[in-house]
Amino acid sequence: MLGFEALDLARFQFAFTVSFHILFPAFSIGLASYLMVLEGLWLKTGNEIYHNLYRFWVRIFAVVFGLGVVSGVVMAYEFGTNWSGFAERAGDITGVLLTYEVLTAFFMEAGFLGIMLFGEGRVSKRLHFSATCLVAVGTLISMTWILMSNSWMQTPAGYEVIDGRFEPASWLEIMFNPSFPYRIVHMGLAAFISVGFVVGGVGAYHLLRNRHDQAARKMFSMAMWAILVALPVQIIAGDMHGLNTLEHQPAKVAAMEGHWENEPDQKGMPLVLFALPSMDDAANHFELKVPYASSLILTHTLEGKIQGLKDWPRDEWPDVPLVFWSFRVMVGLGMLMLGMGVVGLFLRWRGRLYEARWFQRIALFTTPVGFIALLAGWITTEAGRQPWVVYGMLRTEDAVSTHSVASMLTTLIGFMVVYAIIFGIGIYYMLRLIRSEPMNMVPSGGPGHERQPKRPMSAADGSFEDQN
Amino acid sequence: MTIDLPVIWYLLIGFAVAMYVMMDGFSLGVGILFPFIRGDENRDVMMNTVAPVWDGNQTWMILGGAGLYGAFPLAYSVILPAMYLPLILMLLALIFRGIAFEFRFKSNRSRKWFDLAFSGGAMVATFSQGVVLGGIINGLSVSERAYQGGTFDWFSPFALFTGVALMAGYALLGAGWLIMKTEGDLQNRFYQLARPLTLLLVASMIVISVWTPLSNGRIAERWFTFPNIAWFAPVPILVALLSWSIWNGVTHSHERRLFFKVLGLFFLGLSGLVISFFPLIIPPDITLWDAASARASQSFLIVGYVILVPIVLIYTAYSYYVFRGKVRAGEGYH
Repeated sequence: MLGFEALDLARFQFAFTVSFHILFPAFSIGLASYLMVLEGLWLKTGNEIYHNLYRFWVRIFAVVFGLGVVSGVVMAYEFGTNWSGFAERAGDITGVLLTYEVLTAFFMEAGFLGIMLFGEGRVSKRLHFSATCLVAVGTLISMTWILMSNSWMQTPAGYEVIDGRFEPASWLEIMFNPSFPYRIVHMGLAAFISVGFVVGGVGAYHLLRNRHDQAARKMFSMAMWAILVALPVQIIAGDMHGLNTLEHQPAKVAAMEGHWENEPDQKGMPLVLFALPSMDDAANHFELKVPYASSLILTHTLEGKIQGLKDWPRDEWPDVPLVFWSFRVMVGLGMLMLGMGVVGLFLRWRGRLYEARWFQRIALFTTPVGFIALLAGWITTEAGRQPWVVYGMLRTEDAVSTHSVASMLTTLIGFMVVYAIIFGIGIYYMLRLIRSEPMNMVPSGGPGHERQPKRPMSAADGSFEDQN
Repeated sequence: MTIDLPVIWYLLIGFAVAMYVMMDGFSLGVGILFPFIRGDENRDVMMNTVAPVWDGNQTWMILGGAGLYGAFPLAYSVILPAMYLPLILMLLALIFRGIAFEFRFKSNRSRKWFDLAFSGGAMVATFSQGVVLGGIINGLSVSERAYQGGTFDWFSPFALFTGVALMAGYALLGAGWLIMKTEGDLQNRFYQLARPLTLLLVASMIVISVWTPLSNGRIAERWFTFPNIAWFAPVPILVALLSWSIWNGVTHSHERRLFFKVLGLFFLGLSGLVISFFPLIIPPDITLWDAASARASQSFLIVGYVILVPIVLIYTAYSYYVFRGKVRAGEGYH
């Protein structure tokens, strides 16, 4: 039907549901830590701007967290419904890591989220701050377990294969497998940077409306500092992660570079800036290259070389154009984001950070740029490890459940329709929250006087529809 | 002697499933009862009774699923694809139920859509869970450690029946919960609904209790041979006593007892299933030992479970304590 096979549909369904899902946990990870900083600064300095900013962002956090929860439940079941071959062979390892995530993170987040969102005025400030910290820590713990699991699939370690199944031999080696330290730093920073651009974009939006808005100035300034500090660190972390990938998954790096074969007479490897890679011809068309640059980046020497894709059998190649281009999108956006940080610093030095409207407009347009880079990076690493689901050990085609094309297509359409609806409602509501004025979050009546909501996502007052 | 870890894990997963069924059972029951109650204000009150706790309740389902994945990966990788369509339907329905909680109170013109999302989501999710239960009881075709049956093997009169039966059960749990959490005319409506729902649930339990041993000689043998019959007789006897007590108690104002009696009924129902099937984890012939993950997996995971689940139970109790008491119209959390 339509030329798709059930495997393609299963892969597309997983890519769709996990890409949708990952946006919200990444948003939660960054925003929870930002909220922790805001509340901490408020308690330390007593400055009401921080309190207003906390109130402003905690309502958005509630929506983001809720969407993460509902789309996350799907993921916990999808490993079994769609990838039962994987679940059966690797559940002894990945199922255990997932259960630890539920036990250490999900319950903790659910337990303290209520106090964080709705407890102001009901519990002491200190207890409220503790709840915010516990939710923030919970999001980080959650990220740790799921990245352990993903990293183990990318660079499996600490296991033995018994009757075709992966059984744990050393939990320490499983948890701290070779790619895990790099992946967690890279992903954690990506989450912080994504949220930095959201906070910066929203700050810019309010500065464009009123450049004297104190809360807008504060959030814009904090975001620009965060971006300036995080981007260089992220680029170094990304480079180190790339070297780790070269060591453990060299075929992925070859695809990222569009590197097909080593020409013995060529000195050093050029960096392919632009090309249309063709898997049929095993070559790039319309190449634009920088001599020696790839050798410099990947081996930190001028003439070092890496294996070309032709060193692997054709059925072990990933989708080269997808990996090649998603990698370039990520790196290109990374450079753009670094540029934003540098320009922000320059404007700050010139005392024009809150005046330069052109820069604020750019910041507004680049609001989603961190998330786009984050998705592009995940596409690079996930498409790049194909055709393996457990790298070098278990092929994706052997991991998939045997569903018919018709049932895969039915559920795929179901997910797409439902996710489009809830994403639409969620974004609509978040935009309304973002439009409210950040300096007016704490009413003069003081805590205890306003209405006290008790549900996630209901921390906001009022309706998301016009009251007419 | 060595500890039989798979048996312990069977009970621990059973505990997570029981927690889910009892806790999300009443939350979903509130949604199932929506069509019987008119008026925005009444429906606001109904939703507010579960709004602070539904998210934590649903987390038990993730623990049940993930625990199965880690401790019995074969069961996870057979049952989930076998129940593919009802499970995906359940997940999508739970999404609607979940977002309705959050957005219904923010809406004016679109409120009827969120009522539908909440109530329809709860009904479809419950029915799907019942179908999954019935489908598993009917047995799954497994060979070479994978599900070998078709897309619609779950579709049977028995599974559809358990789907409807679970809706009646959750609705009764929901009614018990709402009697505890509401007052006045609204509470009276749930008192009125309790008796017919009890009748439906008990009739369903009787039908399932007759249907399973009749269609499965092994289950009949488990229950109806000596000395088993003496050991297991308390289960049906307690079901009869509890049902009778629920039926009578409705006319008095034991407003808290009803809910806990219905929880008792659910507990007995689950015990009956365990008695019928233990040690099978995938009927008709995969046992919990066949499906268990490596000892190194189960023992590593049990450390976290026994330390963390009691802590989780403490938070949960605390959160129910904070939101204790009656919910009244107009004092919403929104």
